[in-house]
Amino acid sequence: MFSKKNNTYYICVFFFSLFVLFLYGPTFTIILLSFQGPDGGLTFPLNGISTYWFEELWRGGSVVDIGSAFKRSIILGIIVMILTVVLSVAAGLAFRKKFWGSNVLFFTTVASLIVPSIVLSLGVALQFRLIDDLTKWIGSSLDISWVNDSFQTSLGMYSSGLGAQLTWTLPFGLLIMFAVFNRFDKSYEEAARDLGATPWKTFKEIVLPLIAPSIIGIALFGFTLSYDELARSSQVMGSGNTLPLELRGLTTTVTTPIIYALGTVTTFVSFTVIAISVGFYLFLKRKKGI
Amino acid sequence: MLPYIINNSIFNMPNLFKIKPSVGLLSLPYSLVFIFFFFIPLVLTFVISFWDYNEYSIIPDLILENYRYIFENCFSFENGMCVTFKTYLSTFMFCLITWFFTLIIGFFVAYFLAFYVNSLTWQIALFLLCTIPFWTSNVIRMISWIPLLGRNGLVNDFFLSTGLTSTPQEWLLYSGFSVVLAFVHLYTLFMIVPIFNSMMRIDKSIIEAAYDSGANGFQILWNIIIPLCKPGIVIGSIFVITVVMGDFITIGIMGGQQIPSIGKIIYVEMSYLQLPAAAANAVILLFLTLLIIWIMTKMIDIRKEL
Repeated sequence: MFSKKNNTYYICVFFFSLFVLFLYGPTFTIILLSFQGPDGGLTFPLNGISTYWFEELWRGGSVVDIGSAFKRSIILGIIVMILTVVLSVAAGLAFRKKFWGSNVLFFTTVASLIVPSIVLSLGVALQFRLIDDLTKWIGSSLDISWVNDSFQTSLGMYSSGLGAQLTWTLPFGLLIMFAVFNRFDKSYEEAARDLGATPWKTFKEIVLPLIAPSIIGIALFGFTLSYDELARSSQVMGSGNTLPLELRGLTTTVTTPIIYALGTVTTFVSFTVIAISVGFYLFLKRKKGI
Repeated sequence: MLPYIINNSIFNMPNLFKIKPSVGLLSLPYSLVFIFFFFIPLVLTFVISFWDYNEYSIIPDLILENYRYIFENCFSFENGMCVTFKTYLSTFMFCLITWFFTLIIGFFVAYFLAFYVNSLTWQIALFLLCTIPFWTSNVIRMISWIPLLGRNGLVNDFFLSTGLTSTPQEWLLYSGFSVVLAFVHLYTLFMIVPIFNSMMRIDKSIIEAAYDSGANGFQILWNIIIPLCKPGIVIGSIFVITVVMGDFITIGIMGGQQIPSIGKIIYVEMSYLQLPAAAANAVILLFLTLLIIWIMTKMIDIRKEL
């Protein structure tokens, strides 16, 4: 039926190649265009070849401070990555047995993936606004000087921004854990337990090495989804914008290839992270000998 | 899990240190994130949608004004359709068109990967190839269409040089077309993954049996593969439809900030600090989204699909 000799096979191969071209083609166009000379524009033809726009980017030649937005995004991405791994692995372990509220938590996880991002962003913004009002009210009624003098807002990258992003990355982490444990051979664990290992030791010596490659996958999702996250954090980042937020602003104001240079840099960061993860994944997989 | 702790700690105080902690407790930090950043915000959105507001602050109240304002003039059709209904209709159209294209493309990509790629290594490699763009920036993937679709872009160059058109085509970029194109570009993966997952579970011997009994390729596709992929198709559809329903970023960037959407109404109202009005719109959007999902999940049990 699915022989490689019939026409359907070649049609499918052609179609798939077209799809891959569709996926990657545009990105490679802007990578190409970001290496233009100083006279370059937003479209073809290429006006010379240079690294001018990257140097311009490095010098901070654009309106906003890209360097610090970049740094903020990376730091936040790493924090989200660590939290996503730890929290979803822990929750994944819990979900191996039914527990009080497990169904609610499961449906919340799915709901969080499909709730419109703008609704969530609005909700978190409202919540932090009320927290602010409450804090100021308490501050003034109890006469707490630091609140009255210096408290501005609780809204920020590491409070509301972090939380909003976690509602997007954690479900992916937990669903990966589900997939892992659905195919998990429990006999190794049982053997360890029978031999007298404590639950923690069983986890550390048996379960963890077995699920390690998948944890790399969760970490990859955690970092990249946070690093590129825009919709959920758009209303709750406070004063310091992350890179995607800055980028979105630039789409309406910038008319030089500097925006492509920035695109090339962030795509390069994403690709590097993906490559490291895949490499690490394969390494762990091989080490495990499966 | 919480009653468990309370029970044990209050009534078995002397045994406190002998308690075997429930494994379910491990989900506590995860649950707390969702209580604090998901449940409470959504409840607050609902509550605040009934509040009043002025230029500076939001005022606790219980009014329906925010909802009434949304549907103002909507039920007298003398002046044609009201803005709200037009916006909803436009958003639904984007959902429908995007859903159609992502489904067709996603299905055939998954079909190719699941049935025509025989070695597992290749399957994983090609699957990864489809997934990698998902881990890169959406904004960058949107603006990367500019050099292709812009007035001096490659597509227009091609049109002009081959004489297909005599003037550059304006509908290619910052239009409904480019919005749909970007949606398909960004979200076809949401279809590929669940459909591929469903296809991988199909017992190949069923297909062989059908083939041996004389079914042709189309019959196998229509009578075996598509029905068995229904769960994957439903899950993919839910993802694509909900993401388009609430979108304001793709429609904003690719529509040149000219095309309205439900998400954008909320976004604009937020920027004017009309928070209760934004909350009312959010409640309606959420309700519509849940309605669609509810209809779709009637068809399958999601939990079995993981």
